[in-house]
Amino acid sequence: MGLRDYSMLGPDARRAVETGLAAAEWYHTDISRKEMKELMKRSDDPAIRDTVILFGAMIVLAGLGIALWPSWWSAPFWLAYGVLYGSAMDSRWHECSHGTAFKTRRYNDWLYNVASFCMMRNPHTWRWSHARHHTDTIIVGRDPEIAVMRPPDFIRLIANLFGLVDVWHAIGRMLLNASGRLHPEEASYIPEAEQHRVIRVARIWVAIYAAVIALAVAMGSILPLMVIGLPRLYGAWHHIMTGLLQHGGLADNVIDHRLNSRTVYMNPVSRFIYWNMNYHVEHHMFPMVPYHQLPRLHEKIKHDLPAPNRSIPEALAEMIPALRRQLRNEDYFLKRELPTTARPYREDFHAEALGAAAQ
Amino acid sequence: MTQWIDACATDEIDEEDLVRFDHDGRTFAIYHSPDGEFFCTDGLCTHEQVHLEDGLVMEYEIECPKHNATFDYRTGEAKRAPACVNLNTYRTKVENGRVLIEV
Repeated sequence: MGLRDYSMLGPDARRAVETGLAAAEWYHTDISRKEMKELMKRSDDPAIRDTVILFGAMIVLAGLGIALWPSWWSAPFWLAYGVLYGSAMDSRWHECSHGTAFKTRRYNDWLYNVASFCMMRNPHTWRWSHARHHTDTIIVGRDPEIAVMRPPDFIRLIANLFGLVDVWHAIGRMLLNASGRLHPEEASYIPEAEQHRVIRVARIWVAIYAAVIALAVAMGSILPLMVIGLPRLYGAWHHIMTGLLQHGGLADNVIDHRLNSRTVYMNPVSRFIYWNMNYHVEHHMFPMVPYHQLPRLHEKIKHDLPAPNRSIPEALAEMIPALRRQLRNEDYFLKRELPTTARPYREDFHAEALGAAAQ
Repeated sequence: MTQWIDACATDEIDEEDLVRFDHDGRTFAIYHSPDGEFFCTDGLCTHEQVHLEDGLVMEYEIECPKHNATFDYRTGEAKRAPACVNLNTYRTKVENGRVLIEV
């Protein structure tokens, strides 16, 4: 395929539309309507429990960090608080953007807005970008949320473990939006009627950050920023690590999620932080299933999916060499074997559109 | 000129669920509400034209299976982004255990 152009307004974007890869019909594993209705059923209880645990832990950890500040003894508490702020909020943002975390819509909306603030993602902009990510998952030029582009930029990926690239861009975008403007790419996927909301939120956030910075200056200490703002940097590593595993090293420009998404079995702490998004093939195939039902969905459809990676280290060991190989050959990707019980990959869906890529 | 079309049997749709009905090159969604009434809307989500047949019915709302846009199926009103445009709705009536829609 050659050099990829990830711009939403470039030649790959146009080609995806022309060839029918954009907004295509995707492969789904068969599952009965009755079973799916059971799996899709909403409940407030699991997310209320998890949210109380999350915010309770954040209050205790930040409290201990403040109490021990500026001693180095406060560091472990800040590191743990940071992961909850800069990584667990990523998965809360994500689940609530789907509206599946809680049954009650206002609870979803509340947590979505809090998590969006922590992650520095404008809740309106990112609602639309994530909708596009689900319509055109890892379709070059269409998906605005491709974390690992080809060839992979390892310096960028490592810098982002500390939030450096994302936060730099987020601040620039927040200031641009607060000035009353949208980036042309944002304008390409956010309906005009929604654009004023983007600007309003950006202005509120600028005011909040200005107040925190003013407090830090008045106190002569970065302590206020250790609670609000900086954890987006020092706690980002977990969501970057798990986020890269979602699609890293797998196929692009396909319309079968089994080819471009990865399910990884994870330890309970990472699953709590990540809110079960380790079941990523399942989530993309059936995005209406709430996070707390994904393990059940996995059991029902795993016969049709590639075997999951058995741990985070195993998944990283699979992904990193594939990314390194993409430095030399952009068209390389991992194609995992399906079990004998699975229906074959529907490569005919996308092969006609773009021609078979090198494996 | 509208006409009443026989769409399905009443017992083909569980309460708080929907079925797809195709007619004359058009596609519809027919809903059975929790209080036993039947409603009909266009079958495709106004956001990205995904069919609602695999969506989730919760009380009087239908949620699109692709992006979780939500509509009140009684009025067609778009209740949750990413849908911004309302669904068209159609009158229904029940006769002899059959659901008819007016199109």
